[in-house]
Amino acid sequence: MMNSSNNALQQYLELHDAHREAIDAHSAAPMRALRSRARLRLEPPARLPRKADEGYARTDIDAIFAPDFGINIMRVPAPVDIAASLRCDIPNISTLMAVVAGDEFRPTDTLVRNMPAGVTLTSFSEAEKTMPGLVAGYLGRLADADEGADTATLLNSLLAQDGVLLHVSAGTVCTKPLQLVNIFNAGIPTLAARRVLIVLEPGASASLLVCDHTQSRGIACLASEVTEIFLGNGARLDYCHLEESNPDTSRVASLHASVGADATLDINGSTLSGGRTRNSYTVHLDHPGAQARIAGMAIASGTQHTDNNTFIHHHAPHCTSSQLFKYILDGSASGAFRGLIRVDQDAAFTEAYQTNRNLLASEQATMHTEPQLEIYCDEVKCGHGATTGQLDQAAMFYMRSRGIPQAQARMMLMQAFMADVVDTIAIPSLRDRLRMLVERRLNGQQTACGDCAAACAPAPSTQP
Amino acid sequence: MQQDILLKVTDLHAAIDGREILKGIDLEIHPGEVHAIMGPNGSGKSTLSGVLAGDPRYTVTAGSATFHGVDLLALAPENRSHEGLFLSFQYPVEIPGVSMVNFMRAAVNAKREYLGEPPLSASDFLKLMRNKRAVVELDNKLASRSVNEGFSGGEKKRNEIFQMAMLEPRLSILDETDSGLDIDALRIVASGVNKLKTQHNATIVITHYQRLLDYIRPDFVHILYKGRIVHSGGPELALELEEKGYDWIKQQVDNDEQQQ
Repeated sequence: MMNSSNNALQQYLELHDAHREAIDAHSAAPMRALRSRARLRLEPPARLPRKADEGYARTDIDAIFAPDFGINIMRVPAPVDIAASLRCDIPNISTLMAVVAGDEFRPTDTLVRNMPAGVTLTSFSEAEKTMPGLVAGYLGRLADADEGADTATLLNSLLAQDGVLLHVSAGTVCTKPLQLVNIFNAGIPTLAARRVLIVLEPGASASLLVCDHTQSRGIACLASEVTEIFLGNGARLDYCHLEESNPDTSRVASLHASVGADATLDINGSTLSGGRTRNSYTVHLDHPGAQARIAGMAIASGTQHTDNNTFIHHHAPHCTSSQLFKYILDGSASGAFRGLIRVDQDAAFTEAYQTNRNLLASEQATMHTEPQLEIYCDEVKCGHGATTGQLDQAAMFYMRSRGIPQAQARMMLMQAFMADVVDTIAIPSLRDRLRMLVERRLNGQQTACGDCAAACAPAPSTQP
Repeated sequence: MQQDILLKVTDLHAAIDGREILKGIDLEIHPGEVHAIMGPNGSGKSTLSGVLAGDPRYTVTAGSATFHGVDLLALAPENRSHEGLFLSFQYPVEIPGVSMVNFMRAAVNAKREYLGEPPLSASDFLKLMRNKRAVVELDNKLASRSVNEGFSGGEKKRNEIFQMAMLEPRLSILDETDSGLDIDALRIVASGVNKLKTQHNATIVITHYQRLLDYIRPDFVHILYKGRIVHSGGPELALELEEKGYDWIKQQVDNDEQQQ
């Protein structure tokens, strides 16, 4: 691919136009329909956001997409059996796991065998056969809606060939956590357009852990991820995302959710390692009693960059939302947080809170935070707060005076700083897992997922 | 025991933000002794304890401090602790998110590592916690909370003495341990200190009032004023101060200064 213009989007449009037939051949009908609509909207003057654009002051999306990334159009399977070498299971709970290798969905044997009744975790292509019409009914309704659909999301719609569906039927409570492991193992610079659709029918309940890993080293990877979540009345979803890739891997992700009456959406998004990361969360509290809690953390060092954007939209009365984002930035790392709460005129008795706290562990690290409230209704309780500072020196001396070495005291204080973000996770074993991973990360241990052999070591080759 | 010197401070000068607070402290402490350091506000009492414990806010500008033969001022605060120095803070610091158990385990095991000993097993450590809690009647609930978070004034001070019991220091500096304590808490704290007293360790009690010295009986009393120890004596000096206040000492020192 040649980047013939100064517009990163152009190269992907050219790629798409040249290979549309092959791309469509690997896509289910709803995906093809989404693609056609996206292509029309990506005509000039459409371009990817740059720093001058509102909401992107700290992250140049155009620059992230600018390198000459390849896309797996020919559906060449990843050269190793990732699933077999992966031991990413969470201790003490049996998760129902699937792998997304690059952008290709691969269920594990245990997933297929143990899937509880009423729960589906599968590819769009499979879903079209077993539950026809379901994906088409939801796909793109939030992410690609006219209002607010950004170019990076439309580009995902253009390039994603398949996607992952999680569907839980009405009243079904899935007690076992589901897990989706995204893995890059690239030989050439690769862009994976990942698409996720989560539909919980009324009264359904589930938890999903999504992990990002990169096995290859020294090869640029870019994950474009768009997730849409539909929660029916009284449904409940715990959604955990854990990014543990490497400095060569960037991520441009957006999550869009619609929360039904008395439904609850819990999100925890943690970036422990990566290159440049941009996460957007757009949550619509559409019906009375809807509730959303979003927590996130970033622990960044080197030249890592993490940008989290939230937009919580209170459309209906008696909804509550809370946001808690914390960053620890070391080295020359940079962080950004931009959070918007909008309360519509009809959304009386709203409760909405937003907190962003940041620790700068070095003089070179930078943080930009921009909390925003737009309230068009009088009957609300809203609040936001943002602080950026250094480690508490009084606490540090107190600990050292008790004999705790400086490095350990620092680590303990940083861990303590992140404790409330970890504690937002409802599933105890996941919570313990994240706590351990945070500890390791702060210890400077370069680990991907604990004892997961696949994610830490270069992938073993099956080639002779 | 007199020949063993536990702490020898010689002509110690120290400053904070370029302002000199300690202007030549001399002090010698032997095992088994209790020294009280008294003095009016702003005389440098807390600075002295901070400097000895290694508070990085202070800069030592001259003088020396030798702790059982070791150059104390050359050591990082954590190593001063490992060598057996303990400071009970006037204002113990709250550390949300760090549990007392983890805090104490890190402290105890760091000291053991420094001394070349293996870390305590989980059960031995908890047993130790239980035994030492009894010294100051510290509630188990407090031990399972974050360090000092939400503790009352009295609980914080008891927690200090609990930590002292855990770390078994050779020299404890109690900085205004009586401040903010009601009489019952004062009794518990003082009795904890007395229980921990042996012929091998020593205590420096920094206080404003005689009150605490009714419970922790000093062998020596020093008066600190304008960054120097201006007067030393036996326990009777504390009573004299209680009766007459600090003015007579201040006048004496200020007159001497004018004459010079």
